[in-house]
Amino acid sequence: MIFLDNLINGISLGSIYAIIALGYTMVYGIAKMLNFAHGDVIMVGAYVAFCGLQYWGLPPVAAILVSMAVCTVLGVTIEGLAYRPLRQAASLAVLITAIGMSYLLQNLALMIWGANPKSFPRTFINSSIINIGQLNVSSATLITILANVVIMVALTLFTAKTKLGKAMRCVSEDRGAAELMGIHVNRTISFTFAIGSALAAIAGVLLCSSYPILQPTTGSMPGIKAFTAAVFGGIGSIPGAMLGGILLGVIEIFGKAYISTELGDAIVFAVLIVVLLVKPSGLLGKPMREKV
Amino acid sequence: MKKMFALMLALAMMLACTAAFAEDDVITLKVAHIGPTTGAAALYGQATRNGAELAAQEINEMGGKYRIEMINEDDEHNVEKAINAYNAALDAGAQMIVGNTTSKPCEAVGAQAMIDRVFMITPSASSEAAIGMDGNGDDSVDNVFQVCFTDPNQGAASAQYIAGHALGKKIAIIYNNADVYSTGIRDTFVKEAAALDLEIVSETTFTDETTDFTVQVADAQNNGAEIVFLPMYYTPASMILQTAAAKEYKPVFFGVDGMDGILDVEGFDTSLAEGVMLLTPFVATGTDEKTVNFVTKYQAAYGVKPIQFAADAYDAVYILVAAAEKAGITAEMTEKGDEGTAEICEALIAAMTEIQVEGLTGTMTWEASGRVTKTPLAATIVNGEYVFEN
Repeated sequence: MIFLDNLINGISLGSIYAIIALGYTMVYGIAKMLNFAHGDVIMVGAYVAFCGLQYWGLPPVAAILVSMAVCTVLGVTIEGLAYRPLRQAASLAVLITAIGMSYLLQNLALMIWGANPKSFPRTFINSSIINIGQLNVSSATLITILANVVIMVALTLFTAKTKLGKAMRCVSEDRGAAELMGIHVNRTISFTFAIGSALAAIAGVLLCSSYPILQPTTGSMPGIKAFTAAVFGGIGSIPGAMLGGILLGVIEIFGKAYISTELGDAIVFAVLIVVLLVKPSGLLGKPMREKV
Repeated sequence: MKKMFALMLALAMMLACTAAFAEDDVITLKVAHIGPTTGAAALYGQATRNGAELAAQEINEMGGKYRIEMINEDDEHNVEKAINAYNAALDAGAQMIVGNTTSKPCEAVGAQAMIDRVFMITPSASSEAAIGMDGNGDDSVDNVFQVCFTDPNQGAASAQYIAGHALGKKIAIIYNNADVYSTGIRDTFVKEAAALDLEIVSETTFTDETTDFTVQVADAQNNGAEIVFLPMYYTPASMILQTAAAKEYKPVFFGVDGMDGILDVEGFDTSLAEGVMLLTPFVATGTDEKTVNFVTKYQAAYGVKPIQFAADAYDAVYILVAAAEKAGITAEMTEKGDEGTAEICEALIAAMTEIQVEGLTGTMTWEASGRVTKTPLAATIVNGEYVFEN
């Protein structure tokens, strides 16, 4: 029973990592850059939803939609202002810009919403507890897992079937060739950021529904864990992000429960190192072949 | 006739003497309050200033042997400014200090006052270093005394409260192992719990980055803990409460002063905190005569409800008077400038370990280190307010 309880907690935590990891992996797969500001877009999404619920009195679904809209605009703006001009620059320059963007967002949030932590209000997402046998499962856990599956299936279908999705895959495979084939690379990348940021808003709401404290640094640690999950599962791969996220969550919870709460995070990263030593491209990553 | 005259002269002299003595009877003590009355910690500094002022007013109205003349200096919760404020207070003739309100400035000023031999009683600086303790039992300053518990001592006090009120035997501890405040309290709690025959059935940790508390809460629940001790600030505590609610786990949650403020977190569902207990020396909703008197006067004078800090400072001034009485501070001492201040300091230090003061925040005695001993009091959150059980 305790084992099952821990397993559900792990999957719940992992599902949140997985949704965040999707944002990292999509942007990396298509734009070939690590968007370290992704965790902070999540934080902004959560704050906007908080304002919607707490100050503007919106119903939860409307608050989530507003938050998604704001994050989409924010994501596209960040891409257009900070990353697009650096498209041809060294990857290190882009990486540092992303880190700078992360701090910028955190400090803006500090200015706007202050340093005092806020508690995310209860909504339909986390208001009830479902009893399965002796297990008490929060509705937030189930909704998170469900949302995760829906998003993953939708994204997989989107990239496989639609024109825009195909364009994204083309840009991912070979940007130069895609451009020669008449694919608008910049627009495709902007679109990727739009989807990633809208997902970030959902992730923010789900994150704060399970772990309700909201402050300007809320997104940073889950962001780093989710990035780890993306690398773990194979960065660039959508099912990989999902698998990596859930495994990471389960390992973290089991590590804490059965080994030591003090070593929880250390165990997570140790597993990552082992996986990368054995399979450098991640669990579901495509092995990179060097062209000679 | 000559004899008669001599007698009259003697009588007159005696009268003059008693008259002089009567005048001597009222001794004015110049007390400086040093605290952050502006800046980020202004809320605390203003509370201690108001509390001290209120006590001084009461003492002067009561008309005992000692009168208090308050001097107020602002340290802006800044170490350098605190030293300046301290020097300004001495220049203004301060003979003893109520302050500093916050720990870091108190540590700095305490070290200087140690050299200058000026007596200090801090209402609310709760670090060990504020009274010169370095953690190894060495005491580098002998002239600073506390009204509040030192941070780690809250652990021992919590264990005593839990055992004393028979709240439960099986205890779980969740603490932040990356934070001195949290680990310090946990250490003294564990030590005291062992002595008091309390069983610690679960002990788990977290860090500042932790967002997921399911493992910690589940461990406490699965080990059948009746009490979950939370030596931490209110932010992680609010997450633990939420996690426990989702697991339908309802033990007694017991926090320390860091828990104070949990009801003010924006958006927090205060029903989650219902029944949470926290160690605190003072709540404004107290119904005993002293508290009611203090709260009424304070609200009338300053228009806000007093917080714990105000009560600590109010007690601090009464403690000074009690110590002065015990030490027999004379008018002569108060008129000799620096030398007199040093004499007062020595006399008060000696008196502090001998007095017992019944204040708003409990009945207090002191160790030579400056640490206070008092009965721990715990408030319970009922209907979104802090209330004392008894």
